[in-house]
Amino acid sequence: MRFSFAGVEYEGREGETLAAALVRNGVLGGFRSPYRDRPRGVFSDGEEEPNALVRVGDEPLARATLVELEEGLVAEPVAGKGRLEPPRRERRYDSMHAHCDVLVVGAGPAGRAAAAAGGGDVILAELGRCAPLDGVRVLERTAVVGLYDGNLAVAVERGRRLWRIRARRIVLATGAVERPTLFEDNDRPGVMLAGAFKRYGRPAGATPVSGGFTPRVQLWRQAGGRLRWDDRVGAPVPDGELRAVACAGSVTGEGLPDAPPFALPDGEEGRIFVDLERDATVADVRRAVAAGLRSVEHVKRYTTIGTGPGQGRTSGVLATRVAAELLGVHPGELGTTTARPPYLPVPFALLAGRNRGPLFDPVRVTPLHERHVELGAVFEDVGQWKRPRYYPRSGEEMDAAVLRECAAVRERVGMQDVSTLGKIDVQGPDAAELLDRLYTNLISTLPVGMCRYGVMCRADGMVFDDGVVMRLGEGRFLCTTTTGNAAAVLAWMEEWLQTEWPELRVWLASVTEQWAAVAVAGPDAREFLQPLTGVALDAASFPFMAIREGEVVGIPARVCRVSFSGELAFEVWVDGRRGHELWRALEGAGGATPYGTEAMHVLRAEKAYPIVGQDTDGTVTPQDLGMDWVVSKKKGHFVGKRSFDRPDTSRADRKQLVAVLPADPDELLPEGAQLVADPDVPPPVPMLGHVTSSYRSAALGRTFALALVRGGRGRVGETVHAPLEDRVVPAVLAEPVLYDPEGRRRDGRPA
Amino acid sequence: MSEGQPDFLWRSPEPRRAYEVVIVGAGGHGLATAYYLAREHGITDVAVLEKGWLAGGNITRNTTVIRSNYLWDESAAIYEHALQLWEGLAEELDYDLLFDQRGVLNLAHTLQDVRDSRRRVYANRLSGIDAEWLEPEQVAEVCPILDVSPDVRYPVLGATYQPRGGIARHENVAWGYARAADALGVDLVQECEVTGIEVERGRAVAVRTTLGRIAAGTIGLVAAGHSTLLADLAGVRLPLQSHPLQALVSELYEQVLPCVVMSNAVHVYVSQAHKGELVMGAGIDAYNSYAQRGSFHVIERQLAAALELFPLFASASVLRTWGGIVDVSPDASPILGPTPVDGLYVNCGWGTGGFKATPASGRTFAWTLAHGEPHALAAPFSLDRFATGALVDEHGAAAVAH
Amino acid sequence: MLIPCPWCGERDELEFSYGGEAGVPYPADPAALTDGEWAAYLFVRANPKGPFRERWVHAHGCRRWFDLTRDTATHEILG
Repeated sequence: MRFSFAGVEYEGREGETLAAALVRNGVLGGFRSPYRDRPRGVFSDGEEEPNALVRVGDEPLARATLVELEEGLVAEPVAGKGRLEPPRRERRYDSMHAHCDVLVVGAGPAGRAAAAAGGGDVILAELGRCAPLDGVRVLERTAVVGLYDGNLAVAVERGRRLWRIRARRIVLATGAVERPTLFEDNDRPGVMLAGAFKRYGRPAGATPVSGGFTPRVQLWRQAGGRLRWDDRVGAPVPDGELRAVACAGSVTGEGLPDAPPFALPDGEEGRIFVDLERDATVADVRRAVAAGLRSVEHVKRYTTIGTGPGQGRTSGVLATRVAAELLGVHPGELGTTTARPPYLPVPFALLAGRNRGPLFDPVRVTPLHERHVELGAVFEDVGQWKRPRYYPRSGEEMDAAVLRECAAVRERVGMQDVSTLGKIDVQGPDAAELLDRLYTNLISTLPVGMCRYGVMCRADGMVFDDGVVMRLGEGRFLCTTTTGNAAAVLAWMEEWLQTEWPELRVWLASVTEQWAAVAVAGPDAREFLQPLTGVALDAASFPFMAIREGEVVGIPARVCRVSFSGELAFEVWVDGRRGHELWRALEGAGGATPYGTEAMHVLRAEKAYPIVGQDTDGTVTPQDLGMDWVVSKKKGHFVGKRSFDRPDTSRADRKQLVAVLPADPDELLPEGAQLVADPDVPPPVPMLGHVTSSYRSAALGRTFALALVRGGRGRVGETVHAPLEDRVVPAVLAEPVLYDPEGRRRDGRPA
Repeated sequence: MSEGQPDFLWRSPEPRRAYEVVIVGAGGHGLATAYYLAREHGITDVAVLEKGWLAGGNITRNTTVIRSNYLWDESAAIYEHALQLWEGLAEELDYDLLFDQRGVLNLAHTLQDVRDSRRRVYANRLSGIDAEWLEPEQVAEVCPILDVSPDVRYPVLGATYQPRGGIARHENVAWGYARAADALGVDLVQECEVTGIEVERGRAVAVRTTLGRIAAGTIGLVAAGHSTLLADLAGVRLPLQSHPLQALVSELYEQVLPCVVMSNAVHVYVSQAHKGELVMGAGIDAYNSYAQRGSFHVIERQLAAALELFPLFASASVLRTWGGIVDVSPDASPILGPTPVDGLYVNCGWGTGGFKATPASGRTFAWTLAHGEPHALAAPFSLDRFATGALVDEHGAAAVAH
Repeated sequence: MLIPCPWCGERDELEFSYGGEAGVPYPADPAALTDGEWAAYLFVRANPKGPFRERWVHAHGCRRWFDLTRDTATHEILG
């Protein structure tokens, strides 16, 4: 077969590596060193190859000794540094899980013997080719690159498949790698390890060298094994035992030839190379020792020896021996550097596996999602969920769409998909007690058939989540959570229940996806919904915060009178599988405007209802939000209560939620803008707080914002300044509730 | 190659029996503390005790990101002080630190990220820190290989940009401080493990070590992930937990990444070192550990995230992964100052963000040790904040930890 | 790591969430504590190098919390 190297065509043979083919074609050089631009050539025939780096296709850095020839292969030499180019093919790889009783790494005589000895399910992994073995699962051309806790071996098969192998026992039969020797210009093309020289068929013009053998102890070290210096082998060998990892064959040092005696060579030390990958010489080691360095780790860093792709495979022991010689100590006293995974370089794409694009993180959508798409919704990511942000009509910009959606809710009626809210079913005779301990307000006094807004704090007193608690029975509640926090809240409740209060008889389950929910909000909500349901919606029959069961558009439903906009509103909950049907029926009834999260945010901000995670940041108490009313004074304790009495949490000048009205009613403050009392002082300018939410309001006919401001409630009426990129915006602090502060719209259009 | 390294670094002295100040831990912060004690306070009767080899811990295991664009004023102040020191440090230490102000991007991927990011930018600007908010197309101008298209799982909605941020070569930083401290007379004592702290009538008076007892007028513990073990020796309980934090480098590539890129939501931080390797940090492993290694799935996740942002990296290969031990405090801010034991001070809790703080940490801690009271920049990071509740919460919604 | 869930057996650590030191009870009467004592409950946990009694929850399995002893220097699970 034909292949080309550095623009020259050669004849190759089936089954040959690129390096073998080059050597057979008489190409002993052809490469350059990375830092000193010295000529280099193929040095080895294995994974330890330091010189013969090539670009093959879109592989920027391959070792010629590991590249199998293919017809028409084009290789270019690379001097140390690869070039990343846009992938020409999609690099998307699979990964495999395997379990076995014994994993044997290396299929030399010791490895094959260990695999043949059995002991249950056996996997034999071999970097090169490997003949089959009875009763053994053989993974050839497979590099075990990492050993992790719990006997997890990570392996790469043919560079294109990742294996995670859990083995009860691991046998490392990884063998030994030949060491170079030190002499002047020992890096010149044609100098190669003696074993490679033999296996390449003693190529003319090549010079074999051998400084003994170094056991491949990297995986043993990764597994936590110790080493001891072996004078006979002239290298470190495994020492002691590990519970589930053993070594076999020449990796132990057994059977390896005696190392030749070691002495510092004569010659110009700047031309005696210790690490070919880093162009580091004996002179570099001498400098390091003269600089006062005594640890091999320091010598490694000073000289960069062993920091290349080979991680010191051929250079590490040499460097130790040179340093020991210069320091006049035994090499065993110097210790060894740490071996770190991976044993061989592993492509990013292989490790990323299939967890890319849409699979990088699951996308969660509600049962109504398809309809939102049909309606042309623009979505926002909230946690893993896709939520409609707004529904632009043709040619409509976001601002216009949101103003229109807000106006629809304030003046007529709107509908929103609120199915993403977390929903936790809480059942058991002690359910009320559990919730009393976790929410800041009293839950146990809630009558069956009613719901209540609740806030949860962390033990440090900072707001963690909020939502509505419905009491469906004496011992049955349904708690809603914010969209992004559902899993965290369930975990939080489980943790307290199981670890602190196991005596409470309560059971928790997530029912987030079992329900679809649509909020119908606006002064016309009752008129809109009443024809579609047998549930009496008049204010006397269905008071604020009540729950009713019935049918809506013929679908069994739970209807709750909760409002996140200040308007009359009903949340209609149905079986998730019928959510789409509900929404289409509501749409079909005509008159309700679909609105998204952006309009919802504006409407709630006009009422100063905070959004956890937007108006809070983990440093905000309920009191800071102006919600003293949600913190029970009656309860003995609840999670977070003690923290409110700490000096810093009881300060009067904490940052508090207030409204901000820019002096220019058309000026929209950016969310995140900082507020200061005096914008004219030089930095660092003392800051009063920051804008958490900011909108144009259709109802107010102007812009407004919410902000957390130091001592904010005491500053209402004061003018503050928001220094922006190009200007300073004056604004007045105001009481937080800007719209309908008396709450007259809660029951519908005021008379 | 040893080019660029100095001909002499430090002595290896036997420890004396007593010192005016004993610093435990010869990492970046400990070495910097010793240097500033000697340089700025004239206190040269100082030993830095190290149980292993100098600069073998987090100082040479981190990803060398330097920036000062922290959220809270207290944090911004100390990190900005550090950045200003960085800007003159190579000259001061006469050591090439390969400090390169190539700029740092912190990406925003959700609307809340955008709010939080802009909040940080506005605060930074008022604190006198260079900070800009960039829209996606501006992000692409700064970093052309970043995928800012809208059709990825978590599109880039913008980024904060600190042009003065950058990277440096970590061991040169540690070695630069070590060499300078050594030259000023500080004893750097390696392979000397502290096994006890002697406390008499409420005052720490000496450390017991594997090389014998060493009396000390003042003791500063600067031991990152091992801080609680040392403080426990004096009966001081610190609110710190030690976790693995992994990082990795790729093989060497020609320069493709012109700045540092960090993303909290997608969880990547990456830069390209001068030599050409991509340097990446991963997320913290959840469990307590002193093993200096973490779990494989963290690495897998990190590379999936990297490819989301940088399609070009698909053909790059991981050369080496490793782990450090980070000392995580409850508010992701350091603890720097006195302890309930007189004469015993701590400088710890830097968690994932210690490298960039090294000069300011060392300088303010040296001041604190010399004066016996906290330096003004360190005062907000006192141990007693956990009792009052006045935390400096940098891992809240709006903050970027690393 | 392989974490032994008492109900489900050994599973990959990916299925679990970590809960830190075990056996730190919620104070019976938080109001009776000084600020320092309350801070110790909130923020201070043991952080030993070596055997550590700690909490895990099989978050992506049976959702049950349990304690185990693990060596923080070696990651070996001791029971």
